[in-house]
Amino acid sequence: MITKLLIESLDRRSGWFLGIVAVAMVLIPILNLAVPEGSFLHVPTYLVSLLGKYVCFAILALALDLVWGYCGILSLGHGAFFALGGYAMGMYLMRQIGNRGVYANPDLPDFMVFLNWKELPIFWYGFGWFPYAFFMILFVPGILAFLFGWLAFRSRVTGVYLSIITQALTYALMLAFFRNDMGIGGNNGLTDFKDILGFPVQAQTTRIALLVLSLALLALAFALARVLVTSTFGKVLVAIRDAESRTRFLGYRVEHYKLVVFTLSACIAGLAGALYVPQVGIINPSEFAPANSIEAVIWVAVGGRGTLVGAVVGAFVVNFLKSFFTTGALAAYWLFVLGGLFVFVTLVLPKGIVGAVEEFLAKRREARQAAAPAPKPEPAE
Amino acid sequence: MIEALTPPNVTNALLYLDAVSVSFDGFKALRELSLYLEHGEMRAIIGPNGAGKTTMMDVITGKTRPDTGTVFFDGLVDLTKQDEASIAELGIGRKFQKPTVFEMHSVADNILLALKAPRDPFSSLFGARNRIARERIDAVLETVRLQDLAGRQSGSLSHGQKQWLEIGMLLAQDPKLLLVDEPVAGMTDAETEATADLLRDISRSHSVIVVEHDMHFVRALGVKVTCLHEGSVLAEGTIDEVSANERVVEVYLGR
Repeated sequence: MITKLLIESLDRRSGWFLGIVAVAMVLIPILNLAVPEGSFLHVPTYLVSLLGKYVCFAILALALDLVWGYCGILSLGHGAFFALGGYAMGMYLMRQIGNRGVYANPDLPDFMVFLNWKELPIFWYGFGWFPYAFFMILFVPGILAFLFGWLAFRSRVTGVYLSIITQALTYALMLAFFRNDMGIGGNNGLTDFKDILGFPVQAQTTRIALLVLSLALLALAFALARVLVTSTFGKVLVAIRDAESRTRFLGYRVEHYKLVVFTLSACIAGLAGALYVPQVGIINPSEFAPANSIEAVIWVAVGGRGTLVGAVVGAFVVNFLKSFFTTGALAAYWLFVLGGLFVFVTLVLPKGIVGAVEEFLAKRREARQAAAPAPKPEPAE
Repeated sequence: MIEALTPPNVTNALLYLDAVSVSFDGFKALRELSLYLEHGEMRAIIGPNGAGKTTMMDVITGKTRPDTGTVFFDGLVDLTKQDEASIAELGIGRKFQKPTVFEMHSVADNILLALKAPRDPFSSLFGARNRIARERIDAVLETVRLQDLAGRQSGSLSHGQKQWLEIGMLLAQDPKLLLVDEPVAGMTDAETEATADLLRDISRSHSVIVVEHDMHFVRALGVKVTCLHEGSVLAEGTIDEVSANERVVEVYLGR
């Protein structure tokens, strides 16, 4: 039944998208490992990690598009779920260091030794065991989203008010994580990772594997999102986005729908954060910064909200631009570029890149049909 | 001659409003409003602007809580204790004054979302609604004469077509009671006539309350009329009786 659901939900654009992801999963490892370094086609390892980072951002954008593009919940705090997933992974990676830390303490991470702590806090228990850490990667963002959503949606907090409290949520978490007493590394965060599942984090093959895993998660999250948005469930989400109280008068419990999609989206964001951390080698409280969450909203807006593919395209486009502008002489202008991009997209491409391409293709098709002899009118679907 | 308001046995009425009052910031939208609707009855509600027609609908559908008074539905279900979603599930469907359809969805999907079926997230994800729905959607669309537009995006429909689509969505819910707020506002004469036909058809198998300003339309419905004024019932009876009532004339002409 699940395969049937999946097949029904994929249109041509989705097919193209998944095809490209699959090709990247095969091609990038080959171009990195098998093509000699001097060759024009060689993909350097630093680029592999950079791409891996972008893919994680793309998954975050996808999660955000699910709640914002389809259900109209403009979350300005989705970075919090991403960072929480990242911290759960970071805690696992810290436990893998063992006695190889600077202080060579077999029981405590370096920062705890530095703070003169004697024993491991209870909430660190179990993080050395990957299945538990994996559970926490999903559970912590999920439960936070569930509790937050339960309170907010039940009280019918919507629109800009909801956006503001999501922003406050991530800001509060940032302040909390900055404190050393939280026991999660304070403002230095968690870093200096050695192994993941027994493989050295820095090794070229591990980096490749992490990229391939990220791409696989991107494909999986995309397919799941497609199934959701093409089902009746997805139609209800769009109905809520466009006419919330009308949906309520039809007998739908709007808050339950919002809660399901918000929690699911937070879990996806958490997974993305967990894959992000080993690829960049650090997680610190600045990941909770409100600006990060807002940037994610810009990715989705640039790519085209409510299209799924657009979220991914937007994340890649904006982050490539960011990498380009923040290296070298142009670094001082990046924020102007980002701001300008947002204004440009809002004014000129209100439906984002994907929406604009779609409109262009539709117009061309119409023009072609007008030019060709009129086909006999098709009966309505 | 106006019929006296003799309250029938509560449990016999489909809808029973007794002495309902609502005020907003001191403005009394409803004052001691009492109204009884029998099973299978169609009732037209008229009244000048601000008479409380829409507030009455809001009270019945759970959007507004009355300050005082009782509202019972279908026996002894106390509507003042339910929220919008449970009231809809009990079998009260509402068409709004301003047509509100889901503009981004196709006409058929609008009906699909309205179809009577479990409303929780999990049934809509895994439920069989997508498969069984086809014939029921077609049947509803035929009743409201939109079968040729099933695939159209509903945002592109004309005003009159949107009104019909909303009525179709009401039918798809298969409610016991339909609340229809100004169904012919902004319609052409031909559309108005078609809508009156449609509502008469529907009233054969459903109870209906229609709120409308258009006297020609109300006359065409040919049902019992209740005239509201300043939040309470001014007159009740046939359209001829009500329109001959001196106080009704006074209220409408502002003498």
